[in-house]
Amino acid sequence: MIDIIDLRKRYGNLEVLKGITNTIHEGEKVAIIGPSGSGKSTFLRCLNCLEDPTSGQIIFEGVNIADMKVDINIHRRHIGMVFQQFNLFNNKTVIDNIMLAPLHIKISELRKKKIKNFFIKLRNVFTPDKKPLYEINTTKAQIKEEVRANAMRLLKRIGLEDKANAFPSTLSGGQKQRIAIIRALAMNPKVMLFDEPTSALDPEMVGEVLDLIKQLADEGMTMVIVTHEMGFAREVATRVLFMDEGMIVEENTPEEIFNNPRNPRTKEFLSKVL
Amino acid sequence: MGNFGKKIEVFWKMFYESNGYTKVLTGLQNTMYIATVGLAIGIVIGTIIAIIAVIPKYKRLPRILDRFCKFYVGLFRGTPVVVQLLVFYYVVFPLMGVKMPSVNVCVLVFGLNSGAYVSEIMRSGIMSVDPGQLEAARAVGLSFGVSMMKVVVPQAVKNILPTLGNEFIALIKETSVVSFVGAADLYVAFNYIGTNSYEFMVPYLVMALIYIVLVMAIALLVRIMERSLRKSDRHN
Repeated sequence: MIDIIDLRKRYGNLEVLKGITNTIHEGEKVAIIGPSGSGKSTFLRCLNCLEDPTSGQIIFEGVNIADMKVDINIHRRHIGMVFQQFNLFNNKTVIDNIMLAPLHIKISELRKKKIKNFFIKLRNVFTPDKKPLYEINTTKAQIKEEVRANAMRLLKRIGLEDKANAFPSTLSGGQKQRIAIIRALAMNPKVMLFDEPTSALDPEMVGEVLDLIKQLADEGMTMVIVTHEMGFAREVATRVLFMDEGMIVEENTPEEIFNNPRNPRTKEFLSKVL
Repeated sequence: MGNFGKKIEVFWKMFYESNGYTKVLTGLQNTMYIATVGLAIGIVIGTIIAIIAVIPKYKRLPRILDRFCKFYVGLFRGTPVVVQLLVFYYVVFPLMGVKMPSVNVCVLVFGLNSGAYVSEIMRSGIMSVDPGQLEAARAVGLSFGVSMMKVVVPQAVKNILPTLGNEFIALIKETSVVSFVGAADLYVAFNYIGTNSYEFMVPYLVMALIYIVLVMAIALLVRIMERSLRKSDRHN
Protein backbone atom coordinates (compact mmCIF):
# COMPACT_ATOMS: atom_id res chain seq x y z
CA MET A 1 0.00 0.00 0.00
CA ILE A 2 2.80 2.41 0.88
CA ASP A 3 6.24 1.74 -0.59
CA ILE A 4 9.01 3.78 0.96
CA ILE A 5 12.17 3.82 -1.12
CA ASP A 6 15.43 5.23 0.24
CA LEU A 7 13.71 8.00 2.20
CA ARG A 8 16.06 10.67 3.49
CA LYS A 9 15.35 13.81 5.47
CA ARG A 10 17.90 16.43 6.32
CA TYR A 11 17.57 19.61 8.40
CA GLY A 12 20.55 21.74 7.49
CA ASN A 13 23.53 19.57 8.33
CA LEU A 14 21.59 17.17 10.47
CA GLU A 15 20.46 14.04 8.68
CA VAL A 16 17.44 12.78 10.56
CA LEU A 17 16.45 9.93 8.25
CA LYS A 18 19.31 8.08 6.63
CA GLY A 19 17.72 6.11 3.85
CA ILE A 20 14.67 4.14 4.87
CA THR A 21 13.24 1.49 2.61
CA ASN A 22 10.17 -0.39 3.66
CA THR A 23 6.73 -1.47 2.52
CA ILE A 24 3.51 -1.14 4.44
CA HIS A 25 0.96 -3.66 3.21
CA GLU A 26 -2.77 -3.39 3.31
CA GLY A 27 -4.26 -4.47 6.64
CA GLU A 28 -0.93 -4.33 8.44
CA LYS A 29 -0.53 -2.66 11.80
CA VAL A 30 3.01 -1.42 12.00
CA ALA A 31 4.36 -0.14 15.30
CA ILE A 32 7.47 2.02 15.26
CA ILE A 33 9.48 2.08 18.46
CA GLY A 34 12.83 3.54 19.33
CA PRO A 35 14.60 6.07 21.54
CA SER A 36 13.65 9.75 21.27
CA GLY A 37 15.51 11.56 18.52
CA SER A 38 15.68 8.41 16.45
CA GLY A 39 13.53 9.91 13.68
CA LYS A 40 10.33 7.91 14.35
CA SER A 41 8.03 10.90 14.22
CA THR A 42 9.84 12.47 11.28
CA PHE A 43 9.48 9.18 9.40
CA LEU A 44 5.76 9.08 10.13
CA ARG A 45 5.30 12.71 9.14
CA CYS A 46 7.09 12.05 5.87
CA LEU A 47 4.51 9.39 5.01
CA ASN A 48 1.88 12.06 4.35
CA CYS A 49 4.45 14.70 3.42
CA LEU A 50 3.84 16.92 6.44
CA GLU A 51 7.62 16.95 6.29
CA ASP A 52 8.88 17.08 2.72
CA PRO A 53 11.44 14.32 2.25
CA THR A 54 14.86 15.57 1.14
CA SER A 55 15.14 12.63 -1.22
CA GLY A 56 13.60 9.26 -1.83
CA GLN A 57 10.18 8.11 -2.87
CA ILE A 58 6.94 7.39 -1.10
CA ILE A 59 4.66 5.44 -3.39
CA PHE A 60 1.08 5.56 -2.13
CA GLU A 61 -1.38 3.71 -4.38
CA GLY A 62 1.01 3.87 -7.28
CA VAL A 63 1.77 7.58 -7.02
CA ASN A 64 5.01 9.03 -5.69
CA ILE A 65 3.58 11.55 -3.25
CA ALA A 66 7.04 12.83 -2.34
CA ASP A 67 7.12 14.43 -5.76
CA MET A 68 6.43 18.17 -5.37
CA LYS A 69 4.38 18.23 -8.57
CA VAL A 70 1.77 15.82 -7.21
CA ASP A 71 -1.31 17.44 -5.66
CA ILE A 72 -0.63 16.17 -2.17
CA ASN A 73 -4.02 17.34 -0.84
CA ILE A 74 -5.89 14.70 -2.85
CA HIS A 75 -3.72 11.88 -1.49
CA ARG A 76 -3.74 13.15 2.07
CA ARG A 77 -7.51 12.64 2.12
CA HIS A 78 -6.85 8.89 2.12
CA ILE A 79 -4.21 9.06 4.84
CA GLY A 80 -5.63 9.81 8.27
CA MET A 81 -3.30 11.31 10.87
CA VAL A 82 -3.58 11.56 14.62
CA PHE A 83 -1.21 13.83 16.53
CA GLN A 84 0.33 13.70 19.95
CA GLN A 85 -1.17 17.09 20.83
CA PHE A 86 -4.63 16.19 19.37
CA ASN A 87 -4.74 19.42 17.32
CA LEU A 88 -8.49 19.75 17.29
CA PHE A 89 -9.49 23.01 15.63
CA ASN A 90 -9.98 25.31 18.62
CA ASN A 91 -12.31 27.66 16.78
CA LYS A 92 -14.80 24.97 15.86
CA THR A 93 -17.22 22.83 17.81
CA VAL A 94 -16.66 19.08 17.97
CA ILE A 95 -19.12 18.33 15.18
CA ASP A 96 -17.67 21.08 12.98
CA ASN A 97 -14.19 19.66 13.61
CA ILE A 98 -15.34 16.35 12.19
CA MET A 99 -17.38 17.87 9.36
CA LEU A 100 -14.93 20.53 8.17
CA ALA A 101 -12.83 18.55 5.73
CA PRO A 102 -15.45 16.19 4.22
CA LEU A 103 -17.94 19.02 3.87
CA HIS A 104 -15.48 21.38 2.28
CA ILE A 105 -14.19 18.79 -0.14
CA LYS A 106 -17.63 17.59 -1.21
CA ILE A 107 -19.02 21.07 -1.61
CA SER A 108 -16.04 22.31 -3.59
CA GLU A 109 -16.40 19.27 -5.88
CA LEU A 110 -20.04 20.18 -6.40
CA ARG A 111 -19.08 23.79 -7.11
CA LYS A 112 -16.46 22.72 -9.62
CA LYS A 113 -19.03 20.57 -11.43
CA LYS A 114 -21.47 23.46 -11.55
CA ILE A 115 -18.84 25.79 -12.98
CA LYS A 116 -17.85 23.23 -15.60
CA ASN A 117 -21.52 22.70 -16.49
CA PHE A 118 -21.93 26.44 -16.93
CA PHE A 119 -19.13 26.55 -19.48
CA ILE A 120 -20.43 23.46 -21.26
CA LYS A 121 -23.86 25.08 -21.51
CA LEU A 122 -22.26 28.25 -22.82
CA ARG A 123 -20.36 26.24 -25.40
CA ASN A 124 -23.44 24.24 -26.37
CA VAL A 125 -25.22 27.46 -27.31
CA PHE A 126 -22.64 28.24 -29.97
CA THR A 127 -21.76 24.83 -31.36
CA PRO A 128 -24.02 22.29 -33.07
CA ASP A 129 -22.55 19.22 -31.35
CA LYS A 130 -23.96 19.15 -27.84
CA LYS A 131 -21.66 18.02 -25.05
CA PRO A 132 -23.34 16.24 -22.12
CA LEU A 133 -23.41 17.98 -18.75
CA TYR A 134 -21.93 16.52 -15.61
CA GLU A 135 -24.53 14.79 -13.56
CA ILE A 136 -25.44 16.63 -10.39
CA ASN A 137 -27.74 14.65 -8.14
CA THR A 138 -27.15 16.24 -4.77
CA THR A 139 -27.73 19.69 -3.38
CA LYS A 140 -25.58 21.53 -0.90
CA ALA A 141 -28.15 20.92 1.84
CA GLN A 142 -28.21 17.20 1.13
CA ILE A 143 -24.42 16.97 1.27
CA LYS A 144 -24.42 18.83 4.56
CA GLU A 145 -27.06 16.53 6.01
CA GLU A 146 -25.15 13.46 4.85
CA VAL A 147 -21.84 14.64 6.29
CA ARG A 148 -23.51 15.62 9.55
CA ALA A 149 -25.22 12.23 9.84
CA ASN A 150 -21.90 10.49 9.28
CA ALA A 151 -20.21 12.69 11.88
CA MET A 152 -22.96 11.95 14.41
CA ARG A 153 -22.67 8.23 13.70
CA LEU A 154 -18.93 8.41 14.43
CA LEU A 155 -19.55 10.44 17.58
CA LYS A 156 -22.11 7.90 18.78
CA ARG A 157 -19.58 5.20 18.20
CA ILE A 158 -17.28 6.72 20.81
CA GLY A 159 -20.22 7.70 23.01
CA LEU A 160 -19.65 11.45 22.82
CA GLU A 161 -22.73 12.49 20.84
CA ASP A 162 -23.75 14.82 23.69
CA LYS A 163 -20.51 16.77 23.15
CA ALA A 164 -21.31 17.53 19.51
CA ASN A 165 -21.74 21.25 20.11
CA ALA A 166 -19.04 21.67 22.74
CA PHE A 167 -15.76 23.42 22.01
CA PRO A 168 -12.54 21.40 22.30
CA SER A 169 -11.31 23.50 25.25
CA THR A 170 -14.07 22.00 27.40
CA LEU A 171 -13.03 18.39 26.80
CA SER A 172 -10.60 16.08 28.55
CA GLY A 173 -7.46 14.91 26.79
CA GLY A 174 -8.85 11.44 26.21
CA GLN A 175 -12.05 12.85 24.69
CA LYS A 176 -10.03 15.18 22.47
CA GLN A 177 -7.85 12.40 21.18
CA ARG A 178 -10.79 10.12 20.47
CA ILE A 179 -12.47 12.93 18.57
CA ALA A 180 -9.24 13.56 16.67
CA ILE A 181 -9.29 9.89 15.67
CA ILE A 182 -12.84 9.97 14.38
CA ARG A 183 -12.13 13.28 12.65
CA ALA A 184 -9.54 11.39 10.63
CA LEU A 185 -11.98 8.50 10.15
CA ALA A 186 -14.62 10.84 8.71
CA MET A 187 -12.53 11.04 5.54
CA ASN A 188 -12.69 7.23 5.13
CA PRO A 189 -8.91 6.93 5.05
CA LYS A 190 -7.21 3.84 3.69
CA VAL A 191 -4.40 4.08 6.19
CA MET A 192 -4.09 5.79 9.57
CA LEU A 193 -0.91 7.29 11.00
CA PHE A 194 -0.66 7.72 14.76
CA ASP A 195 2.07 9.97 16.10
CA GLU A 196 2.46 9.00 19.76
CA PRO A 197 -1.30 9.20 20.29
CA THR A 198 -1.17 8.65 24.05
CA SER A 199 1.99 10.51 25.05
CA ALA A 200 0.23 13.74 26.00
CA LEU A 201 -2.54 12.04 27.96
CA ASP A 202 -3.05 11.63 31.67
CA PRO A 203 -2.44 8.00 32.60
CA GLU A 204 -6.10 7.25 33.36
CA MET A 205 -7.11 8.35 29.85
CA VAL A 206 -4.61 6.26 27.93
CA GLY A 207 -6.87 3.20 28.08
CA GLU A 208 -9.89 4.70 26.34
CA VAL A 209 -7.77 5.95 23.43
CA LEU A 210 -5.89 2.68 23.04
CA ASP A 211 -9.20 0.78 23.12
CA LEU A 212 -10.49 2.84 20.21
CA ILE A 213 -7.30 2.32 18.22
CA LYS A 214 -7.53 -1.39 18.95
CA GLN A 215 -11.11 -1.48 17.70
CA LEU A 216 -9.98 0.12 14.45
CA ALA A 217 -7.18 -2.41 14.17
CA ASP A 218 -9.62 -5.28 14.66
CA GLU A 219 -11.77 -3.85 11.89
CA GLY A 220 -8.85 -4.27 9.53
CA MET A 221 -7.65 -0.67 9.21
CA THR A 222 -4.10 -0.36 7.95
CA MET A 223 -2.16 1.62 10.51
CA VAL A 224 1.28 2.90 11.36
CA ILE A 225 1.76 3.78 15.00
CA VAL A 226 4.67 5.55 16.62
CA THR A 227 4.35 4.67 20.25
CA HIS A 228 6.04 4.34 23.60
CA GLU A 229 3.36 1.92 24.83
CA MET A 230 5.28 -1.32 24.41
CA GLY A 231 2.44 -3.45 25.74
CA PHE A 232 0.10 -1.94 23.21
CA ALA A 233 2.59 -2.41 20.38
CA ARG A 234 2.98 -6.04 21.32
CA GLU A 235 -0.76 -6.59 21.49
CA VAL A 236 -1.93 -4.77 18.37
CA ALA A 237 0.97 -4.65 15.92
CA THR A 238 1.54 -7.25 13.27
CA ARG A 239 5.03 -5.94 12.69
CA VAL A 240 7.36 -3.81 14.80
CA LEU A 241 10.07 -1.53 13.45
CA PHE A 242 12.84 -0.51 15.79
CA MET A 243 14.44 2.76 14.70
CA ASP A 244 17.65 4.31 15.90
CA GLU A 245 19.67 7.22 14.53
CA GLY A 246 17.53 7.63 11.44
CA MET A 247 17.56 4.01 10.34
CA ILE A 248 15.40 0.95 10.78
CA VAL A 249 17.72 -1.19 12.82
CA GLU A 250 15.48 -4.17 13.26
CA GLU A 251 12.06 -5.27 12.15
CA ASN A 252 10.12 -8.33 13.06
CA THR A 253 6.92 -9.65 14.53
CA PRO A 254 6.21 -8.29 18.01
CA GLU A 255 6.87 -11.68 19.63
CA GLU A 256 10.30 -11.93 18.06
CA ILE A 257 11.32 -8.34 18.73
CA PHE A 258 10.20 -8.24 22.35
CA ASN A 259 11.21 -11.75 23.36
CA ASN A 260 14.19 -12.31 21.16
CA PRO A 261 15.76 -9.03 19.99
CA ARG A 262 18.75 -9.62 17.73
CA ASN A 263 20.38 -6.23 17.37
CA PRO A 264 22.37 -5.05 20.40
CA ARG A 265 20.81 -1.59 20.20
CA THR A 266 17.31 -3.09 20.26
CA LYS A 267 18.30 -5.17 23.24
CA GLU A 268 19.66 -2.14 25.05
CA PHE A 269 16.55 -0.05 24.32
CA LEU A 270 14.12 -2.77 25.34
CA SER A 271 16.01 -3.51 28.52
CA LYS A 272 15.52 0.14 29.48
CA VAL A 273 11.83 0.45 28.70
CA LEU A 274 10.41 -2.95 29.57
CA MET B 1 -16.23 82.69 30.57
CA GLY B 2 -19.07 85.13 30.99
CA ASN B 3 -20.11 85.01 27.40
CA PHE B 4 -19.85 81.25 27.09
CA GLY B 5 -23.64 80.97 27.16
CA LYS B 6 -23.82 83.41 24.31
CA LYS B 7 -21.29 81.40 22.37
CA ILE B 8 -23.39 78.30 22.80
CA GLU B 9 -26.39 80.25 21.61
CA VAL B 10 -24.56 81.37 18.49
CA PHE B 11 -23.39 77.83 17.85
CA TRP B 12 -26.86 76.40 18.34
CA LYS B 13 -28.33 78.95 15.95
CA MET B 14 -25.76 78.05 13.33
CA PHE B 15 -26.02 74.35 14.04
CA TYR B 16 -29.76 73.99 14.16
CA GLU B 17 -31.49 76.90 12.52
CA SER B 18 -29.03 77.48 9.68
CA ASN B 19 -28.88 73.75 8.90
CA GLY B 20 -25.30 73.34 10.16
CA TYR B 21 -26.31 69.90 11.41
CA THR B 22 -26.80 68.57 7.89
CA LYS B 23 -23.14 69.37 7.26
CA VAL B 24 -22.17 67.71 10.51
CA LEU B 25 -24.17 64.63 9.60
CA THR B 26 -22.56 64.45 6.17
CA GLY B 27 -19.18 64.94 7.83
CA LEU B 28 -19.88 62.19 10.35
CA GLN B 29 -21.07 59.93 7.58
CA ASN B 30 -17.93 60.55 5.52
CA THR B 31 -15.67 60.04 8.52
CA MET B 32 -17.31 56.73 9.36
CA TYR B 33 -17.45 55.69 5.72
CA ILE B 34 -13.76 56.35 5.14
CA ALA B 35 -12.73 54.65 8.38
CA THR B 36 -14.98 51.59 8.02
CA VAL B 37 -14.46 50.85 4.35
CA GLY B 38 -10.80 51.78 4.76
CA LEU B 39 -10.43 49.25 7.56
CA ALA B 40 -12.31 46.62 5.56
CA ILE B 41 -9.94 47.10 2.62
CA GLY B 42 -7.06 47.15 5.08
CA ILE B 43 -8.07 43.85 6.65
CA VAL B 44 -8.37 42.18 3.24
CA ILE B 45 -5.00 43.51 2.05
CA GLY B 46 -3.39 42.90 5.43
CA THR B 47 -4.61 39.29 5.59
CA ILE B 48 -3.34 38.57 2.09
CA ILE B 49 0.08 40.08 2.87
CA ALA B 50 0.29 38.24 6.18
CA ILE B 51 -0.57 34.91 4.53
CA ILE B 52 2.02 35.53 1.81
CA ALA B 53 4.53 36.22 4.56
CA VAL B 54 3.92 32.81 6.17
CA ILE B 55 3.75 30.70 2.97
CA PRO B 56 6.68 28.30 2.79
CA LYS B 57 9.10 29.89 0.31
CA TYR B 58 10.20 26.91 -1.76
CA LYS B 59 8.96 28.31 -5.01
CA ARG B 60 9.82 31.47 -6.86
CA LEU B 61 6.37 33.07 -6.94
CA PRO B 62 5.88 33.35 -3.16
CA ARG B 63 9.37 34.82 -2.85
CA ILE B 64 8.67 37.50 -5.44
CA LEU B 65 5.26 38.24 -3.91
CA ASP B 66 6.80 38.46 -0.48
CA ARG B 67 9.40 40.94 -1.66
CA PHE B 68 6.71 43.06 -3.28
CA CYS B 69 4.66 43.00 -0.07
CA LYS B 70 7.65 44.04 2.02
CA PHE B 71 8.19 46.97 -0.36
CA TYR B 72 4.54 47.93 -0.10
CA VAL B 73 4.50 47.81 3.69
CA GLY B 74 7.71 49.81 3.85
CA LEU B 75 6.29 52.44 1.52
CA PHE B 76 3.04 52.95 3.40
CA ARG B 77 4.51 52.81 6.87
CA GLY B 78 7.34 55.08 5.88
CA THR B 79 5.25 58.08 4.85
CA PRO B 80 2.63 60.13 6.71
CA VAL B 81 -0.93 59.49 5.66
CA VAL B 82 -1.36 63.15 4.68
CA VAL B 83 1.49 62.81 2.22
CA GLN B 84 -0.06 59.64 0.81
CA LEU B 85 -3.39 61.41 0.39
CA LEU B 86 -1.78 64.34 -1.40
CA VAL B 87 0.36 62.12 -3.59
CA PHE B 88 -2.55 59.93 -4.63
CA TYR B 89 -4.92 62.83 -5.18
CA TYR B 90 -2.56 65.18 -6.96
CA VAL B 91 0.03 62.85 -8.50
CA VAL B 92 -0.92 59.21 -8.93
CA PHE B 93 -4.53 59.48 -10.04
CA PRO B 94 -4.05 62.48 -12.39
CA LEU B 95 -1.09 60.64 -13.97
CA MET B 96 -3.24 57.56 -14.40
CA GLY B 97 -6.01 59.73 -15.81
CA VAL B 98 -8.46 58.56 -13.14
CA LYS B 99 -11.08 61.00 -11.91
CA MET B 100 -12.57 60.08 -8.60
CA PRO B 101 -14.52 61.92 -5.91
CA SER B 102 -12.16 62.90 -3.12
CA VAL B 103 -14.01 60.76 -0.55
CA ASN B 104 -13.33 57.66 -2.61
CA VAL B 105 -9.68 58.61 -2.95
CA CYS B 106 -9.57 58.88 0.82
CA VAL B 107 -11.18 55.46 1.26
CA LEU B 108 -8.63 53.94 -1.07
CA VAL B 109 -5.62 55.62 0.52
CA PHE B 110 -6.75 54.81 4.04
CA GLY B 111 -7.40 51.24 2.94
CA LEU B 112 -3.92 50.90 1.44
CA ASN B 113 -2.40 52.59 4.46
CA SER B 114 -4.14 50.45 7.07
CA GLY B 115 -3.43 47.37 4.94
CA ALA B 116 0.25 47.89 5.68
CA TYR B 117 -0.38 48.15 9.42
CA VAL B 118 -2.96 45.36 9.58
CA SER B 119 -0.56 43.02 7.74
CA GLU B 120 1.89 43.24 10.65
CA ILE B 121 -0.87 42.81 13.22
CA MET B 122 -2.29 39.86 11.30
CA ARG B 123 1.12 38.25 10.88
CA SER B 124 1.74 38.32 14.61
CA GLY B 125 -1.77 36.91 15.06
CA ILE B 126 -1.10 34.05 12.67
CA MET B 127 2.23 33.33 14.37
CA SER B 128 0.41 33.14 17.72
CA VAL B 129 -1.73 30.21 16.51
CA ASP B 130 -0.31 26.78 17.34
CA PRO B 131 1.36 25.37 14.19
CA GLY B 132 -0.36 22.06 14.98
CA GLN B 133 -3.64 23.63 13.87
CA LEU B 134 -2.35 24.18 10.36
CA GLU B 135 -0.77 20.74 10.30
CA ALA B 136 -4.01 19.07 11.34
CA ALA B 137 -5.93 20.91 8.63
CA ARG B 138 -3.34 20.00 6.00
CA ALA B 139 -3.33 16.39 7.20
CA VAL B 140 -7.04 15.95 6.42
CA GLY B 141 -6.37 17.10 2.87
CA LEU B 142 -7.30 20.77 2.94
CA SER B 143 -5.12 23.06 0.86
CA PHE B 144 -2.87 25.68 2.43
CA GLY B 145 -5.27 28.50 1.52
CA VAL B 146 -8.39 26.76 2.83
CA SER B 147 -6.63 25.69 6.03
CA MET B 148 -5.56 29.26 6.56
CA MET B 149 -8.98 30.76 5.93
CA LYS B 150 -11.03 28.19 7.86
CA VAL B 151 -8.78 27.33 10.77
CA VAL B 152 -5.79 29.59 11.31
CA VAL B 153 -7.04 33.07 10.41
CA PRO B 154 -10.25 32.86 12.50
CA GLN B 155 -8.13 32.00 15.54
CA ALA B 156 -5.61 34.68 14.65
CA VAL B 157 -8.38 37.28 14.35
CA LYS B 158 -9.66 36.35 17.76
CA ASN B 159 -6.21 36.89 19.22
CA ILE B 160 -5.69 40.25 17.56
CA LEU B 161 -9.20 41.67 17.85
CA PRO B 162 -8.27 44.25 20.51
CA THR B 163 -5.36 45.41 18.35
CA LEU B 164 -7.62 45.59 15.29
CA GLY B 165 -10.04 47.68 17.35
CA ASN B 166 -7.16 50.05 18.12
CA GLU B 167 -6.38 50.23 14.43
CA PHE B 168 -9.98 51.19 13.72
CA ILE B 169 -9.87 53.88 16.39
CA ALA B 170 -6.59 55.20 15.02
CA LEU B 171 -8.12 55.25 11.56
CA ILE B 172 -11.14 57.26 12.70
CA LYS B 173 -8.85 59.82 14.27
CA GLU B 174 -6.57 59.95 11.26
CA THR B 175 -9.47 60.68 8.92
CA SER B 176 -9.47 64.22 10.32
CA VAL B 177 -6.86 65.10 7.69
CA VAL B 178 -8.99 64.25 4.66
CA SER B 179 -9.90 67.91 4.18
CA PHE B 180 -6.40 68.25 2.68
CA VAL B 181 -7.84 66.79 -0.50
CA GLY B 182 -11.25 68.40 -0.17
CA ALA B 183 -13.30 65.63 1.40
CA ALA B 184 -15.99 66.87 3.76
CA ASP B 185 -15.48 65.24 7.15
CA LEU B 186 -16.35 66.32 10.68
CA TYR B 187 -13.58 68.91 10.73
CA VAL B 188 -14.87 70.54 7.55
CA ALA B 189 -18.41 70.67 8.97
CA PHE B 190 -17.43 72.32 12.24
CA ASN B 191 -14.95 74.58 10.56
CA TYR B 192 -17.80 75.72 8.33
CA ILE B 193 -19.97 76.49 11.34
CA GLY B 194 -17.10 78.33 13.01
CA THR B 195 -16.22 80.40 10.00
CA ASN B 196 -19.79 81.45 9.39
CA SER B 197 -20.46 82.47 12.98
CA TYR B 198 -16.96 83.90 13.66
CA GLU B 199 -17.03 81.70 16.73
CA PHE B 200 -14.74 78.64 16.95
CA MET B 201 -14.68 77.70 20.61
CA VAL B 202 -17.92 75.75 20.87
CA PRO B 203 -17.83 74.09 17.42
CA TYR B 204 -14.38 72.62 18.02
CA LEU B 205 -15.34 71.57 21.53
CA VAL B 206 -18.38 69.72 20.16
CA MET B 207 -16.19 68.17 17.46
CA ALA B 208 -13.82 66.84 20.10
CA LEU B 209 -16.76 65.43 22.04
CA ILE B 210 -18.11 63.65 18.96
CA TYR B 211 -14.71 62.03 18.34
CA ILE B 212 -14.48 60.89 21.94
CA VAL B 213 -17.99 59.42 21.90
CA LEU B 214 -17.26 57.64 18.60
CA VAL B 215 -14.05 56.14 19.93
CA MET B 216 -15.61 55.06 23.20
CA ALA B 217 -18.53 53.43 21.39
CA ILE B 218 -16.15 51.48 19.18
CA ALA B 219 -14.04 50.40 22.14
CA LEU B 220 -17.21 49.08 23.76
CA LEU B 221 -18.24 47.28 20.58
CA VAL B 222 -14.84 45.62 20.32
CA ARG B 223 -15.11 44.43 23.89
CA ILE B 224 -18.53 42.89 23.23
CA MET B 225 -17.27 41.18 20.09
CA GLU B 226 -14.26 39.87 21.94
CA ARG B 227 -16.48 38.36 24.59
CA SER B 228 -18.66 36.58 22.06
CA LEU B 229 -15.58 35.25 20.23
CA ARG B 230 -14.17 33.94 23.51
CA LYS B 231 -16.97 31.38 23.59
CA SER B 232 -14.64 28.68 22.35
CA ASP B 233 -12.23 29.36 25.24
CA ARG B 234 -14.71 29.12 28.03
CA HIS B 235 -14.44 26.10 30.25
CA ASN B 236 -17.73 24.92 31.61
